[in-house]
Amino acid sequence: MRIGLLETGSGHWNAIIWVIIAVIIGIGVLWLRNKGQENYKKNTDQTKPFLSGNPEGSKEDSHVGASHIYWGFTEALKKYYEPLVKLHTGNVNDYSGWIVLMMAIIFIIVGVS
Amino acid sequence: MSSILMHAPALVIALPLLAAFFTPILGRFNRKTISWLASFTLGLTLLLTLFIAKQVLTNGPIVYVFGGTEIGLTLPFGYTMPIRIIFQIDAMGIFMGLITAVVAFLAAIYSISYMEQHTGLDKYYTLLLLLATSMFGMELTGDIFNFFVFFEIASISSVALVAFRSTISGEPAEAGLKYMVVSSISALMVLFAIGLFYGQYDALNIATIASVMQFTQLDKIALILLVTVLSMKAGSVPMHMWTPDAYSEAPAAITMVLVAASQASLYALFRIAFSLYNVTLNTVTVGWIIIILGVLSMFIGVTIAIIQSDIKRLMAYHAISQTGYMLLGVGVGLAVLTNPAALESYGIKAMEGGIFHIMNHAMYKGLLFLTAGALFYRTGTRDLNKMGGLAHNMVYTAVFFIIGAAAIAGIPPFNGFASKLIIYESVYQFNPLLSIIAMLVSILTLASFVKVFHSAFLGPQLESYKSVQEVPKSMVLAMATLACIIVFFGLFPELIVKYIVHPAVMALIDQAHYTATILGGI
Repeated sequence: MRIGLLETGSGHWNAIIWVIIAVIIGIGVLWLRNKGQENYKKNTDQTKPFLSGNPEGSKEDSHVGASHIYWGFTEALKKYYEPLVKLHTGNVNDYSGWIVLMMAIIFIIVGVS
Repeated sequence: MSSILMHAPALVIALPLLAAFFTPILGRFNRKTISWLASFTLGLTLLLTLFIAKQVLTNGPIVYVFGGTEIGLTLPFGYTMPIRIIFQIDAMGIFMGLITAVVAFLAAIYSISYMEQHTGLDKYYTLLLLLATSMFGMELTGDIFNFFVFFEIASISSVALVAFRSTISGEPAEAGLKYMVVSSISALMVLFAIGLFYGQYDALNIATIASVMQFTQLDKIALILLVTVLSMKAGSVPMHMWTPDAYSEAPAAITMVLVAASQASLYALFRIAFSLYNVTLNTVTVGWIIIILGVLSMFIGVTIAIIQSDIKRLMAYHAISQTGYMLLGVGVGLAVLTNPAALESYGIKAMEGGIFHIMNHAMYKGLLFLTAGALFYRTGTRDLNKMGGLAHNMVYTAVFFIIGAAAIAGIPPFNGFASKLIIYESVYQFNPLLSIIAMLVSILTLASFVKVFHSAFLGPQLESYKSVQEVPKSMVLAMATLACIIVFFGLFPELIVKYIVHPAVMALIDQAHYTATILGGI
């Protein structure tokens, strides 16, 4: 057994080699970054966002809240989400009903097999 | 010393049980020491569990007969079946025991600071110790009625712990009530199934029942009851709805233990399917039932998680989703149990993936719930819409969250990747579509945790959280320990798979060895 070598059934996986490669790539990226624009100056107008001449809003207000993230994703899958959310009634009678229903389904499947 | 260690299986149960009853007495004199007593007891239990694990993994299964003239004498002269309560600890049992020991110990450490300001701490620690006791019992016992007793203790202590953090709105009490109802249903069904076994075979010992199993109509009914309620207790879709309620309302450290308790039910499901019934049942049908429950749990769990804005509810839905991976991996193993070529080719690997994922999930989901608890501890809210910029002040928590999130999303080199990779590759050989769904679910998991990280930790410092500080040391210590385990398991997964997971899988598959350990013939 070689250290870090995991047999996956169809092949191998070595986390140590992955880490070494990730570190090498990371060093390369940092090196490239350090060779960036020489005329870049911190804390000047260069670093401010360009909003077509409009003033920048406060940073606190610009934070996107959790409910707005993936809005497009959930909107596109509305037909999938609407019935699914409706099933989660929060009513314990429904919780028990699902157990009974699943028991009945498994009963039929195992019974006829 | 060696004579004490001989009784380690009993001590694993006895120590937390005794401490549970001693805690309220101690609490009357010194409130602060009870958290240390619980931590010390559970630390000692962890050491005992490690000792048992070493014994089991080196020398084979351990049998402990309660009240017998000799610890290992399962069949005294003249007896044809064991009548005493017997702990039968094989590699699978101790695998689960290790998870429980680590999680319960770290929960106690985390609670030292997290619960410091709460009242009723004597009750809290008593219940935590009882929950740990019952989980050990469920995992180590070889007696199905004894399993039921511990199953009930686990349910009762869990319900009380879920409802522990009382609020004006009463949500924890409501969650506790819902959990109590579904737990009562499951307990009744388990008891009924046990009655069916006892009525037919006059036995309660699992190995004894397995050795005479006829798979009659009554056995079929018992199987249906057990598969349904144990998968419900594990949180599988569509019987998962109690999970987000209970997980989100319980104190963070308890949520972590509840995840492990759900996995104890999952373990029971696997134990019943493999060690009790094994090839007597239609393995393809039952295997596919477990696979379908797994796929439903994976997909519906993650898609519902992604739309949540309560951090703990979101994580609870992910716990459901991750349970799906375990059901999928082990379900594939069960489906090909009677096909030696397929079992050898990918069935055992699929089970290794599923079983390894149980341990990994307990660690990274535990860590994620603890980070959610840390955020709640400092901000007083679980609503992600109200959070933001917390990485500025809670650097450790942010780093631990990144580790936990990367692990659950299956990003290398963390532990979740290793078990998921085994599942993807082995399940692909069984049915490529199942493997593709599993990969898609991982992508959605990553998307979901990117949302949490962005909402809670990134962005500018919010005015209301400018004075927020990092959480106290005991909470950091618990999170750091889990993070280290996650990284270690991710970097050296082959050590865990070879020495812990593979023996656990073989212990499940080899029913003949399981029965022979009790009835002789090894």
